[in-house]
Amino acid sequence: MSSRVEILNDGGYRSDGRRQYELRDIDIDLSQQGTADGCCTITHGLTQVLVTVFGPKEAKMRSQTLHDRAVINVEMNVLPFSTGERRRRARADRRILELAATIKSTFEPVVQTTLYPRSQIDIFVQVLQQDGGLLHACINATTLALISAGIPMTDFVCAVSGGVHSTSPLLDLTTLEENDLPHMTVAVMPRTGKVTLVALETRLHVDRFADIFRLAGDAGQALHKEMKRAVKSRATRLVGAMETGMKPPMGGADAFERDVVMEDKMSF
Amino acid sequence: MVDITIRKRPRTEAVLTQRKFFKKTARGKVIKVLRERYLRDDVGCGIDGCSVCHDLRDFSLPSSGSSAHAQYPNGHFVLPDTNVFLAQMDLMESDLFNPPIILLQTVMEEVRHRSLPLYNRLKALIRAEDKRIWVFYNEYRSETAVIREEGESPNDRNDRGIRMATAWYKTHISLARPPVRGQPSRPSPTVVLLSDDVANRQKAEKEGLVSISVRKYVEALQDTSKLLDLLSAPGSDEVEPTRVASARQALYPDYLPMSTLGAGVKSGQLHQGHFNANQYNYLEGNVPVAAFDKPILLIGRENMNRAVQGDVVAVEVFSESEWKAPADEVVEQETTLRNDDADESEEENDDEEAIAERKVLQAERARREASVRQPTGRVVGIIKRNWRSYVCHIDSTSLTSSNTTSLSQQTVFATPVSRLLPRIRLRTRQAPALLGQKILVTIDRWDSTSRYPEGHFVRALGKVESKEAEQESLLLEFDIPYRPFGKAILDCLPPEGDHWVVPPKTADNPVWRDREDLRDLIICSIDPPGCQDIDDALHARTLPNGNIEAGVHIADVSHFVHPDNPMDSEAAARGTTVYLVDKRIDMLPALLGTNLCSLRPHVERLAFSVIWELTPEADIVNVRFTKSVIASKSAFTYEEAQIRKDDPKLDDDLTKSIRLLNSLAQKLKANRMAAGALNLASPEVKIQLDSSESSDPIDVEQKELRETNSLVEEFMLLANISVARKIEEAFPQTAVLRRHLPPPRSNFEKLQDILQKRKGLTLDVSSSRALADSLDKCLDPNEPAFNTLVRIMATRCMLSAEYFCSGSVARDTFGHYGLASSIYTHFTSPIRRYADVLVHRQLSAAIGYSSLHATLHSKSHVERVLDVVNRRHRMAQMAGRASVEFYVGLALKSRGKGKATTEEAFVIRTFRNGLAVYVSKLGIEGLVTFKRETQFDPDAYTMTVPAASPEAVGTTIAVFDKVTVEIEVEKDKNTQRGRVKMTLRSPVDSSTL
Ligand SMILES: [Zn+2]
Repeated sequence: MSSRVEILNDGGYRSDGRRQYELRDIDIDLSQQGTADGCCTITHGLTQVLVTVFGPKEAKMRSQTLHDRAVINVEMNVLPFSTGERRRRARADRRILELAATIKSTFEPVVQTTLYPRSQIDIFVQVLQQDGGLLHACINATTLALISAGIPMTDFVCAVSGGVHSTSPLLDLTTLEENDLPHMTVAVMPRTGKVTLVALETRLHVDRFADIFRLAGDAGQALHKEMKRAVKSRATRLVGAMETGMKPPMGGADAFERDVVMEDKMSF
Repeated sequence: MVDITIRKRPRTEAVLTQRKFFKKTARGKVIKVLRERYLRDDVGCGIDGCSVCHDLRDFSLPSSGSSAHAQYPNGHFVLPDTNVFLAQMDLMESDLFNPPIILLQTVMEEVRHRSLPLYNRLKALIRAEDKRIWVFYNEYRSETAVIREEGESPNDRNDRGIRMATAWYKTHISLARPPVRGQPSRPSPTVVLLSDDVANRQKAEKEGLVSISVRKYVEALQDTSKLLDLLSAPGSDEVEPTRVASARQALYPDYLPMSTLGAGVKSGQLHQGHFNANQYNYLEGNVPVAAFDKPILLIGRENMNRAVQGDVVAVEVFSESEWKAPADEVVEQETTLRNDDADESEEENDDEEAIAERKVLQAERARREASVRQPTGRVVGIIKRNWRSYVCHIDSTSLTSSNTTSLSQQTVFATPVSRLLPRIRLRTRQAPALLGQKILVTIDRWDSTSRYPEGHFVRALGKVESKEAEQESLLLEFDIPYRPFGKAILDCLPPEGDHWVVPPKTADNPVWRDREDLRDLIICSIDPPGCQDIDDALHARTLPNGNIEAGVHIADVSHFVHPDNPMDSEAAARGTTVYLVDKRIDMLPALLGTNLCSLRPHVERLAFSVIWELTPEADIVNVRFTKSVIASKSAFTYEEAQIRKDDPKLDDDLTKSIRLLNSLAQKLKANRMAAGALNLASPEVKIQLDSSESSDPIDVEQKELRETNSLVEEFMLLANISVARKIEEAFPQTAVLRRHLPPPRSNFEKLQDILQKRKGLTLDVSSSRALADSLDKCLDPNEPAFNTLVRIMATRCMLSAEYFCSGSVARDTFGHYGLASSIYTHFTSPIRRYADVLVHRQLSAAIGYSSLHATLHSKSHVERVLDVVNRRHRMAQMAGRASVEFYVGLALKSRGKGKATTEEAFVIRTFRNGLAVYVSKLGIEGLVTFKRETQFDPDAYTMTVPAASPEAVGTTIAVFDKVTVEIEVEKDKNTQRGRVKMTLRSPVDSSTL
């Protein structure tokens, strides 16, 4: 029997009250976590991920050291209570490994690894809560965590998911919608408009693909604004703290500032 | 670029914007579900000219409401509660009832949870052009969203939400009409909460809202008496207690609660299935269920426990010692319950009627050997009612006053036209005026204290036996959509109208893109006489290499009907064109069906062609599919084509082409028969109409079949099979195919037994091939029609063919049993069947002509569409048959000029007190009943009518015997329902029996 929830009703509303092209509420928290060099918690709708970044630092394992650039390691951990059904996932779970590999390959061309030969950058992704759009939340949080660690990147990476209900495209799907619709995740670099990732797990008609692809690109720009605002306000707060004479808790403040300035210049 | 935004959700108000609940999965795991809700301020009120919601463009409510109600002089809007749609849908659908309606999302969702058919009617209502309904998404608007409070039932929460929305509208309207300086402030229209829930009304009034019951509301409208009849029978939840309700004793056992039913069905203690009433015996019904080979038999009123034809019921099976054989007696409701009083205030317990019924049931049932026994059981609950509106007649004897000027309310019986339904009790003030009319009645409820279901009058269809009333009642009875096409649909037609022509062939014309120019081919069409929607044409010619090129050209309907527009949706909902004797209800607007798509002769038309290269032995060398432009050279009738083919003097290309096609068709048919295809029969008669205008039948004749019928048929089958292979290969998940499952062997048991016992013939049903062979051997040298009769009876043992989506069933069940083909579809009649339109789209995509629309990639969408189409096809077939029956009746009347007609007939079934006979010349079945005792031998399928004098030997009549019957159409005295009455003339005269 078909589900009794309408994905998109005749009034143009989705089951949670959003319209087709509306993204869920995003909350970005860039505050310090322990000894991490950079970290970010993104709450996108009811999906919540925490990404911490360590490095760049000297590579530990010789076998994995590259002499001309840094190595990026991604480790992912899905907490058992993150879904409605309590289930412990092994770290070696195929799906988790695949997600980690996807994140790694998304960021390798964006992070300027050549600046740090023979070193490594560790990214830890913790999934606290899941309600659709897991991959795009992880990617967005990783972007911000890398920025807050002061690691130079050529651009932001902004990801968003999109699906199609009959012939109407929808953006930023919840679990309920993901279970019902063919969908994909697209990650763009907003400044150049380049796409660093397209992930499809379901079959999608090629005409619909083009629609969603274009839409997701546009949605990336909207996300970019939101992410940039979070970075700026964090930097402003840190600068404000310095001016009142308090030392910022750990390094990275000026890295922030530089990044923001550079960012502003480059956006011309 | 569309506007992409990020919606903000205040996290502090999580109670309002988040919902947490627990859900149990099918495996029994409990899952915690967390959902968000985004509340917004841009949900419009839908009132024209609203100054607060001005940035929203959609409006459907007039700015000052409606002033048609005496109680609300300032104008008003109606805001109905859920119970209004659940109980009073007929009122809401009436043309006379059209106040501006505010429909809340809460109400829509509640209706959807309670009943999907009602929800679908509600959706149709929202779309209807003459209704003014605005859907207000109150759950998404920040001011009107409600959350369930601690200890509050979902019902109470919804009621509160409805009241909250009413209050919001009240303030919103006053905000939206700010007082204009210098002008007297205009009074604001009232928002009226329409509800039959007394508690909700009381609470609303306490909160300062205006509310009213449906009855009170309707009473103050114009046309009130017509509208009042549309109201459903008041339920027991009404505040005023009904006079004797409490004192009355239950006639039926109560239903078990829904949760118990669900658990019982799951654990296998109860069985779920559709209830089928027995058309010969109203005190018996059966429910086919998966657990037993034979359907579960329900004997008697208490065991059927208020189930109505088509309901999904839960049945408890009795222990095996109580299993019985089905009744062998004809029991008619009218005769047994003739004297029952419609007014329910009478005691309904141990009156005469109940005793009469019991006698019928107890009548010594010589329950036979174990092999014919069926499981018996009783209905313990209804899982889903499938009530709809029924066409009925008012029973004149149930009227207390037939004075036509009387407007007093009377309780009367309505007898449904269908023999499968119980009488319905209804209250009306129009009873005398409705006598002798066909009327539409809806069942509202059936209490355990009432012998009959209670319903209400919907509308009158017209005088009994007037063609309009009979026709409309037929369409309603089989649920056939027959409204004229609306404007939105007609707007999808080409703007040139009937001036549309195939554009001249140029390199850059999009119509000619990838189209083959076949205008020079010698193509012709062969159809029944008077055919206007010609969807197929053929050609054949010899190739230089000695092989033959044959082509089937089908109207290119998908060129005109684009996916997902209003015309396409309407065609999908109609599913098929319905052919009645004197009327055709088109699936597509006539401009397409009978003109632009019809492959008429001497004009250029767009086509979708299947072209084979065949060896002279009719083996396929290769096949190709192409969009094309053709110009048919001639449109033949079957008869003309036959004459032309047989005329030795003719030797032109067209004649040669027909001869070539015919010789190929004969070989194709031989191959098919060798593979085990069945040659089935169904009663086919043709009604001769006087002229197209008067449509008075003159006579009935049997359809004649010519060689050319078979010619066309063979090529259509070949085209369908070739196309089916192609689309299945291209779209293995969503191809639209057609299959015919092999019938379960038990279906044939009875027929096999009769044939064995009466004629000493055996029927081998092990495969379609074996069945075809043994059917060929079922011959009676003295009786050529016997073979046809057996074929008709065998056909009834089979399952019906159905459309399906290739990804939804196992690959090894694709086969078509009747045609003995491993794969099959419908491609050749896109003008009149919707499945063919889908197949055209898929084939077009498979050959790369166009891309496939997204909906045809979705398995669930294809399944949904095909479900509708399958149902429509069944209904259309039954309606067609019923229409023929009606005209046979008329023809009999006009033929006999008041006298009865005498015809030969075959006995097809024997009962304790009657015979079912089949009149092959008229294609109708009838019942002969005896009032006198007869000797009945169920095992030998015979009955013996005792002779008048005790010493003479009685006359024995058996199944397959040929008898002579007198047929007349008589009207039931009470209900005016016309029925065919048959009396036996030979071997014995039954009129005195
Ligand atoms: Zn408004």
